[in-house]
Amino acid sequence: MEFVNPEGLRLDGRRPMEMRQLRAEIGVVSKADGSAVFEMGNTKVIAAVYGPREVQNRSQQSNDQALVRCEYSMANFSTGDRMRKPKGDRRSTEISMVIRQTMEACILTHLMPRSQIDIFVQVLQADGGTRSACINAATLALADAGIPMTDIVTSCSAGFLNGTPLLDLNYVEDSAGGPDVTVGILPKLDKVTLLQMDSKLQMETFETVMQLATEGCKAVASYIREVLLENTKQLESRRGV
Amino acid sequence: MLQSKSFVKKTKQGKVLKVVREHYLRDDIYCGAPFCKVCDVAAARLDSNASTIIIVDTNVVLHQIDLLENPAVDNVVVLSIVLEEVKNKNLAVYNRLRALCSNTLRRFFVFSNEYHKDTYVKIEPGESPNDRNDRAIRVATQWYQHHIGAAARVLLVTNDRDNKRKAIEGGIPAETVESYAKSLGQPALLDLIVQAPAEDVTMEDAEDLRPSKRKTIYAEHKPMSEITSGMHRGIYHQGKLRVNRYNPFEAYVGSESIGDEIIIYGRTNMNRAFDGDIVAVELLPQDCWKEEKSLAIANDEDDEDDDVHLAPSSADDAPRVSHPSQISIGNKSDMPTRPSGRVIGIIKRNWHTYCGSLEPMPMPAGDGGIAHALFVSKDRRVPKIRIQTRQLGNLLDKRIIVAVDSWDRLSRYPSGHYVRTIGEIGDRDTESEVVLIENDIDARPFSSQVLACLPPLPWSVSAEDIANPIRQDLRHIRVFSVDPPGCRDIDDALHCTFLPSGHFEVGVHIADVTNFLHSGTPLDDEASQRGTSVYLVERRIDMLPKPLTEDICSLRADVERLTFSVIWEMTPEAEIISTRYTKAIVKSCAALSYVEAQARMDDSRMADPLTTDLRNLNKLAKIMRQKRIERGALTLASAEVKFQIDTETHDPLDIGMYQIREANQMIEEFMLAANISVAKKILEHFPPTSLLRRHPTPTNDMLEPLIQTAASVGLSLDVTSSKALADSLDRAVGDDPFFNKLIRILATRCMSQAVYFCSGDLSPPEFYHYGLAAPVYTHFTSPIRRYADVIVHRLLAASLGICRLPDIFQDRPRLTGIADNLNYRHRNAQMASRGSVELHTLIYFRKRPTYTEARILKIRANGFIVFVPKYGIEGPVYLTSRGQKGGGEWIIDEQQQKIKKTNGEVSYGVLQPVRIHMEVVESQPNRPKLELTLVC
Repeated sequence: MEFVNPEGLRLDGRRPMEMRQLRAEIGVVSKADGSAVFEMGNTKVIAAVYGPREVQNRSQQSNDQALVRCEYSMANFSTGDRMRKPKGDRRSTEISMVIRQTMEACILTHLMPRSQIDIFVQVLQADGGTRSACINAATLALADAGIPMTDIVTSCSAGFLNGTPLLDLNYVEDSAGGPDVTVGILPKLDKVTLLQMDSKLQMETFETVMQLATEGCKAVASYIREVLLENTKQLESRRGV
Repeated sequence: MLQSKSFVKKTKQGKVLKVVREHYLRDDIYCGAPFCKVCDVAAARLDSNASTIIIVDTNVVLHQIDLLENPAVDNVVVLSIVLEEVKNKNLAVYNRLRALCSNTLRRFFVFSNEYHKDTYVKIEPGESPNDRNDRAIRVATQWYQHHIGAAARVLLVTNDRDNKRKAIEGGIPAETVESYAKSLGQPALLDLIVQAPAEDVTMEDAEDLRPSKRKTIYAEHKPMSEITSGMHRGIYHQGKLRVNRYNPFEAYVGSESIGDEIIIYGRTNMNRAFDGDIVAVELLPQDCWKEEKSLAIANDEDDEDDDVHLAPSSADDAPRVSHPSQISIGNKSDMPTRPSGRVIGIIKRNWHTYCGSLEPMPMPAGDGGIAHALFVSKDRRVPKIRIQTRQLGNLLDKRIIVAVDSWDRLSRYPSGHYVRTIGEIGDRDTESEVVLIENDIDARPFSSQVLACLPPLPWSVSAEDIANPIRQDLRHIRVFSVDPPGCRDIDDALHCTFLPSGHFEVGVHIADVTNFLHSGTPLDDEASQRGTSVYLVERRIDMLPKPLTEDICSLRADVERLTFSVIWEMTPEAEIISTRYTKAIVKSCAALSYVEAQARMDDSRMADPLTTDLRNLNKLAKIMRQKRIERGALTLASAEVKFQIDTETHDPLDIGMYQIREANQMIEEFMLAANISVAKKILEHFPPTSLLRRHPTPTNDMLEPLIQTAASVGLSLDVTSSKALADSLDRAVGDDPFFNKLIRILATRCMSQAVYFCSGDLSPPEFYHYGLAAPVYTHFTSPIRRYADVIVHRLLAASLGICRLPDIFQDRPRLTGIADNLNYRHRNAQMASRGSVELHTLIYFRKRPTYTEARILKIRANGFIVFVPKYGIEGPVYLTSRGQKGGGEWIIDEQQQKIKKTNGEVSYGVLQPVRIHMEVVESQPNRPKLELTLVC
């Protein structure tokens, strides 16, 4: 199948190096300590953060750092065919773990010993790149909850189809079965906290694809920073400073 | 820059799904006109002083692609919506359009109107997708008009009346294809135009010479929905229609649902299907089935002498191959077993262009007008095609190419249009080109980009190559090559040295083509497209440019050349002790021909080192051959012919069967061994991505005709395994020397061809090469003339760690695609060689009617098929003249495969010699053929 036509346009009209439209909103779940909705094109994810709070299961409590837990789920209505998604299947367990590890890497857990932070992410609408969107949403929600972090984590995916590196794959491109590199970075520290790949790639091509994904992460980061800044300004004005 | 707009689409995949996709609209899509002030002109494709910019709609592209391909039509803007629609409707046309758009010599520009913020249109409530697309085309045209302004005229070319009317109402200049083509002022262009169905064109009525008598000749095709439901219920069967080569009124449809072939008799039952179409077939009631063996080798001129301009005398003209045998089958006990049927619908057309000539006809009175002519294809399986032309006088003595457009129920022949002229009929070059075109062979000279990839000439081995650690220096070894006489592209050489240990070191040195042919270069793309060199009688069409084929890669005598070598250590009993693969430098000491090599080996006075090497190799080869035959390898035979060509006129002087010597077999043996060794090596390293060659084990059904023929001469063949078959073939020696070869030729015919495949696509047991009795096999030894060998060279180099594996090996579908292309090209190359031989046979016998001896291969209801060993020709001999029922003075027994004269004087059986007379006749104009007649 042709994913990039000779005019250099992808199936949805983007060029290979372009991302889908981003949109984010903070504070969508009032009950939670921090929450956010993050959209990448038609992929829409909601994240809610509770904590730091008391550890529910005492046996898991740690005396030198906070416990981070994460739960990922997909809404039944998130895909075209309305299927009941089983909870705790392999895929969601894996993604939960990936998100937990990625977020743990940036949260200053040693500042909050004997406490627990819960991150809930749910996919409202799936159109490829849910993993990245979840991480971005979780970052926003954590920031909203005021949890101390070394840096924000942002994530983006990139693929390689028709001999062209493609940024931010959508569902159609994702299901083509080509390589799919998901990268998560700490943009200020310029460190990689997440790197996953499906399928395989030549070493040299991998470098360029990963470079592209990293660029994508940086673009997401600057957008997230803008959103946070805007949010802070609003908070400021609400307090009447 | 990005605007998001999502739209909703429904697709059906058993259940209804709502698919939501994003659709981004952009402002950075440019108009492609170099004189545009606003747009980025870097990618502009249109002419800088174009007076008219043409925008075409989908139907124009679909039907008039031949016109668009003519260089007279230029400055065309192709909208992305048009591309998309064309792609969905006809992939072949889409590929041609894409080729036009990427051709730098043509001025075709693709405008992505669907992604442009100003030209994207949303479907309106109640609007059909077609109307929406037409509107999108008009909107884009309008945008162009405003955008370009006075700099050029923008013209919408459409044959859709409604669309044209709406365009003109909206102030957009629009024209039909005819009026546009007329405005170009080249009358020849008008021939390229496909005539719209009669309702649209009024002038057609005046031309039609049988207006009132139009009768329905063919049954209507069933609608697709009915066909699908019929196939579900099992009453219709789907399959590919294949027309009998000897008899165009008989076709077969291989149906999976029945598990047998359905025979279709006559044009009425074929119902406008062409060879290669995917059709839906309905079985006829069993009492209409015909006896299996009644298929006559019918004379093809049987029906086609009606003039098309005359009203057909009867609507039902097709079942001419009527049933003499059906009447003769009196007893009900043996009901015919082979199902016959009729076509009720065509699922996918296989129409392409056909080579042939016009049927001779008087010039119509009145000049300059449009003449209707009948086109007769060279391929007998294709029916005549009606075309309209304005240059009749010009075309009558030419070979031309014609495309088919439509075939409606009312006309006996399909209608088509002229595409281009090849040359004069009967001219050898023209006829050769016809052979090439018919087999889809690209004989164009290499492009400058391809030639730019060649190393500079004169080329010689550089110090760098010698210093390269991966390259072993074997220049001191006595290497030589043995090839057919006059061979310029020598891709293999051998050496054989006696080791102190009492063993032999045998090396096969293959030209190191991949050293010059790098993956991803234009040269490589071109080679992979061509797939193989094509050998015609009088010329060779190379896969690689001449400097590579004949100089840089060719292992000629006394020059240093780079090779990829396989070196074995063998015991004198031809046991392989070790195998080594290496890149090397060799210097061949002699380029022998088979005849020379044979002479050296046979001449007992010669005892020079080279001759000793040859004899040693021959000894080893004989042992290896014996072992191979013990494993069950088949010795098959084919009727290869050799021409002696006059060097001046290029006319054939003499023909005869190709003679195979011991030296040929010796070389073949070592090449087989090298191929097998390499196949094992690459499969070991790259189990899922190796390119191998397999030969499927024939099923019993396939061997049935062979067993029957053998049985009729009192021979029983054991076909349980290749070994058993090989043994029984060895035992099949009749009283005359040719008998065995004939049986082997028949056996070869029964088997399917060996094919290339990607090892990841099949399971290891399927890798088996039946003919060679080898578990794995590949092609390694002829990289100059076969692309498969190039791929294998790359795999082998990668497995030795010499170089990296190119990207395509990561991509299995692409590798499979390459393998499929290689198979296709390989088959076409063979067909072309055969076609070329046929052509030269005709030229040869045109001046020399000959009496000769032939063998009967098969006996049919009205004649038999013979094979002429001396010339390698096969053809039908008719015993009955047309129209005559039964065998006339002959009694033909198809069951027993015997023919007898009524007075009992003479009788013949299968495989028996007969004397025949051969002569070239032109019973149908412009279709000369070799006629064989029995001499008693």
